[in-house]
Amino acid sequence: MQTLTQRLANPTRFMELSARLLPWISWATVILLVYGLYLAFLASPADYQQGETVRIMYIHVPCAWLSMMIYGLIALSSFGLLVFRHPLADVSAKAAAPLGAAFTFLALLTGSLWGKPMWGTYWVWDARLTSVLLLFFLYLGLIALRSALEDEGAAAKLTAVLALVGVSLLPIIKFSVDWWNTLHQPSTDFTSTVDPSMRLPLLIMALAFTLMFFAMHLKAMRNEILRRRVKALRAQAVAGRDRFGASAAQGAAE
Amino acid sequence: MKSFWALILRDLRLAVREGGAIGTALGFFLVVVSLMPLGLGPDLNLLARIAAGVLWIALLLAALLSLNRIFEADYEDGTLDVLATGPLPLELVSAAKALAHWITTGIPLAVLAPILGILLNLDLNAYPILVATTLLGTPAVSFLGAVGAALTMKTRRGGLLLALIVLPLYVPTLIFGISAVSAGAGPGGLGASFLILAAISLVTVVLGPVAAAAALRVQLQ
Repeated sequence: MQTLTQRLANPTRFMELSARLLPWISWATVILLVYGLYLAFLASPADYQQGETVRIMYIHVPCAWLSMMIYGLIALSSFGLLVFRHPLADVSAKAAAPLGAAFTFLALLTGSLWGKPMWGTYWVWDARLTSVLLLFFLYLGLIALRSALEDEGAAAKLTAVLALVGVSLLPIIKFSVDWWNTLHQPSTDFTSTVDPSMRLPLLIMALAFTLMFFAMHLKAMRNEILRRRVKALRAQAVAGRDRFGASAAQGAAE
Repeated sequence: MKSFWALILRDLRLAVREGGAIGTALGFFLVVVSLMPLGLGPDLNLLARIAAGVLWIALLLAALLSLNRIFEADYEDGTLDVLATGPLPLELVSAAKALAHWITTGIPLAVLAPILGILLNLDLNAYPILVATTLLGTPAVSFLGAVGAALTMKTRRGGLLLALIVLPLYVPTLIFGISAVSAGAGPGGLGASFLILAAISLVTVVLGPVAAAAALRVQLQ
């Protein structure tokens, strides 16, 4: 009996499955995003205290949530690579790192834009802001380390080691707002702190952003697999063994 | 265990006979600290308030300078291959090298820190605490640094990359190191920050060599 992750270990099967899944996820993202944006910007009330600026929340919170979830995904993939030698784990980790950096940057940017009208400043060195900035640096470190190493196999494993070392900082980032009572409010608790009229748009937006990430992640993984195949094919062509090109390229991609 | 101590002794002997590394780190520490008053203005009250932070940051930067040599020199002359095939597991090799780095860099920097505190008008009550926190925190600097050094061993311009990778990991050490100094100078005493700093150091001393060894295995393949 094979588990799902074992069956996905074959890149060809992954390509088939992802090709079938991707349109569904993409369309679901578009529909949810349109509906969520409609709710967030038109159908939901302005805050009694914050006015219209509260609408930044509908972008800010999903980005912040993704910034941490993506690092968790990278850490899981890294674990899968180092322990189980799962062939797709590195593809997943590599594809997720720039996406994670982008969402973290968006979370910082929208937070900064929200902070100006609410706190009167674009930036304060409070625990949550500092720790998310730290997360951003972690992503940059992962990307930089990978791009500095020429051997792709070694780069994959070394980046995985770094990702797992970085996990030790993740609890600090997650709980910084609860441990140190600073300017940034504690993380959003959907059951109690958000008014029902804002809860639905926020949930829809969170779901839309998560699906958007998975759509981009799958696409990036597919691109990475194709890129590796092309590289393998080119290596084969240079070696003058075109005849076995296709099958050997598959072997190399695995 | 015998080869563990032998490796540490070898590294210490190398550091003493080569000479350059320790002196450079200390000199860098001195220069960075003396640049601060030039940049921020010679207001003694301001300097006294930020002294602990300036000393800690300068200490981290100075330690960073020598990190990339932890494994690089041994990799270049082939010693690392011998060590990897030897009886000592790579985890202990990394631990020995990180420990040697701490003795040759961490301790001298921690000892120099209070002397430089005079330049920054550091509160006299804070001196023993500053020495205690730097001695307690620098193992984390060396052992986390060993991980970064193992990861970037083969890259070109590894030093810059090492800084980008390792400095974010130093942030908890820095935060609790400084908060221990400022808490200790006040009436509240040392307490929590000091214990957390000790915990960070202990965790990195245990887990750092494991991560560094994993990286070294990949590098030596």
